[in-house]
Amino acid sequence: MSTPTTHATAGIRETTEGTVYDVTGGDWDEIAAAAARSDDERIIVNMGPQHPSTHGVLRLILEIDGETVTEARCGIGYLHTGIEKNLEYRTWTQGTTFVTRMDYLTPFFNETAYCMAVEKLLGIEGDIPDRANVIRVLLMELNRISSHLVAIATGGMELGATTVMIFGFRDRELVLDLYELITGLRMNHAYIRPGGLSQDLPPGTVDALREFLKKMKKNLPEYDALCTGNPVFKARLKDIGHLDLAGCMALGATGPILRSAGLPHDLRKSDPYCGYENYDFEVPTVDTCDSYGRFLLRLEEMRQSLRIIEQCIDRLEPGPVMVGDKKIAWPAQLALGPDGLGNSLDHIKNIMGTSMEALIHHFKLVTEGFRVPPGQTYAAVESPKGELGVHAVSDGGTRPYRVHFRDPSFTNLEAMAAMCEGGQVADVIVAVASIDPVMGGVDR
Amino acid sequence: MTEGNGNGNGAVPAPRQDPGEVIGVRRGMFGADKGGDTSGYGGLVRTVRLPGASRRPYGGYFDEVADELEGALEEQGLVPGEVIEKTVVDRNEVTFHVAREHLLQVTRTLRDDPALRFELCTGVSGVHFPGDKGRELHAVYHLRSITHNRVIRLEVSAPDSDPHVPSVVEVYPTNDWHERETYDFFGLIFDGHPALTRIMMPDDWQGFPQRKDYPLGGIPVEYKGAQIPAPDQRRSYS
Repeated sequence: MSTPTTHATAGIRETTEGTVYDVTGGDWDEIAAAAARSDDERIIVNMGPQHPSTHGVLRLILEIDGETVTEARCGIGYLHTGIEKNLEYRTWTQGTTFVTRMDYLTPFFNETAYCMAVEKLLGIEGDIPDRANVIRVLLMELNRISSHLVAIATGGMELGATTVMIFGFRDRELVLDLYELITGLRMNHAYIRPGGLSQDLPPGTVDALREFLKKMKKNLPEYDALCTGNPVFKARLKDIGHLDLAGCMALGATGPILRSAGLPHDLRKSDPYCGYENYDFEVPTVDTCDSYGRFLLRLEEMRQSLRIIEQCIDRLEPGPVMVGDKKIAWPAQLALGPDGLGNSLDHIKNIMGTSMEALIHHFKLVTEGFRVPPGQTYAAVESPKGELGVHAVSDGGTRPYRVHFRDPSFTNLEAMAAMCEGGQVADVIVAVASIDPVMGGVDR
Repeated sequence: MTEGNGNGNGAVPAPRQDPGEVIGVRRGMFGADKGGDTSGYGGLVRTVRLPGASRRPYGGYFDEVADELEGALEEQGLVPGEVIEKTVVDRNEVTFHVAREHLLQVTRTLRDDPALRFELCTGVSGVHFPGDKGRELHAVYHLRSITHNRVIRLEVSAPDSDPHVPSVVEVYPTNDWHERETYDFFGLIFDGHPALTRIMMPDDWQGFPQRKDYPLGGIPVEYKGAQIPAPDQRRSYS
């Protein structure tokens, strides 16, 4: 090593071990001191994708200045499973098994919207038996209750109100018991099929429904008692997640968010499907544009759902639950065995023992499926989160050519930035909870 | 809806349609993609056509929407026949096929004209028709008017060689994410979008997964001793 070279800023010291360059200080002292003096606490924080308050795998990218959120963005796609692509490799009937997994908290809405689109393409939407439509409405309203209960429960949990969470999941369990009784499964039902339903209600359903109504009427006021007048709850939710009507329309927000801005838009009223025009219920609205209003709306919508369920029970007339067209109706008579739902033994005996034609028909329809005339259609239902739309395209084959879900969680989540920017970090959690996004639906 | 009865005076004639565009050809009895067709109908050839253009009257509120839209476009100095390539009425739904260079103006008119007032755009959905030469990529928009309680569909197409469609984010901000999704899955480039990046797939992903030439993927799995091929490798019918 030659003689140490001097540097403009680095100090040099000679020690017994050799030359030591000292890079601290120099002419940066002043700049470093100035930076330390500044009160700029602007940092960028990743909230999620693994965070209990982000409803699954939602990643929030927040630019915060102290406690204030100056910019907020969403990172999504962590739960993308390619359901829309997968549908193109299955028959039209198998599609229900996939779409039920999209927004896993609203499986019956996914199934109904998809089946309505397929039925429109087939031109059989007028042939669906009344009983099937009543059961569809019944299940959708049960589902609205269970979805809203999760929204309120998880929203409460994120505020630290664990009692609300326990109550919400306790009551949701009652709904899940009904699902299990009716479809055999607590989630991912694939119960609603193109043309009707996979099977009729099992015996004892009406009694179980009446028991459920009785319990829910007792339990629902508890949320009012716990939250509605609670000063802490109100302080956390009022004026948080503000989005006015113009914002809702521009951002395409629907469901409780749009109704919290005072517009009574509900597809069940404006564009009735499955016979909703025959039911007596109200579309509640508030004009607070905030999280508290959305909470009140969800409570009121559950009460209205209970009203609809009561009317469904009265409307249940015996009859078929599948279209008469044997070229579309699933041939297997299903039965609930000790190991779950499966082909009934009578049906197996018939196709394996007595009727060769029945066997051929069963085999053709199950493996090949039915053909759907070419064209495209759009079917929409009012899910607990807003307008759930299905754009289905057929090329005349036995499989969907393209199915696109306009999931309300996806669109409503776009409003996150508008609701959160300018607020505090703690309020982001409240605002996101009031959107009630389910990442299974957002990412699909 | 008005259904043409055909007999009797004064009945509305059923809408006549042109044969529609060909998007593919099917052969055989089952459209089996591998293995022979042993049904004896292996020589069957069927052409697949999408529903073709309809002629007036379209029925229901469709005529009213079409009249208002054409009138508003004329006021803006456009020739409606050039803007709206064709109108398809099928299954009680109306589709306006719009020339892509006029999409922005059409959506703005649909939103702002008080007689049209389609406030809610439910996003955009892409469809890939590799057999539709010169118009392989379609972007489909569903617009809902809450004021008039109507739904219409707009469809624009772009060739694979020039996959550009104008962005409607400035008219409907809700389409921000929807257009990113369609870009992500179909490679449709929405000109004028504020930040057209991938949204579902990782940023460095190659290819556009929802295109028809993009394989589903998957690996064969063993189940009860048998090899089950990946879903897109199985024998299939169409």
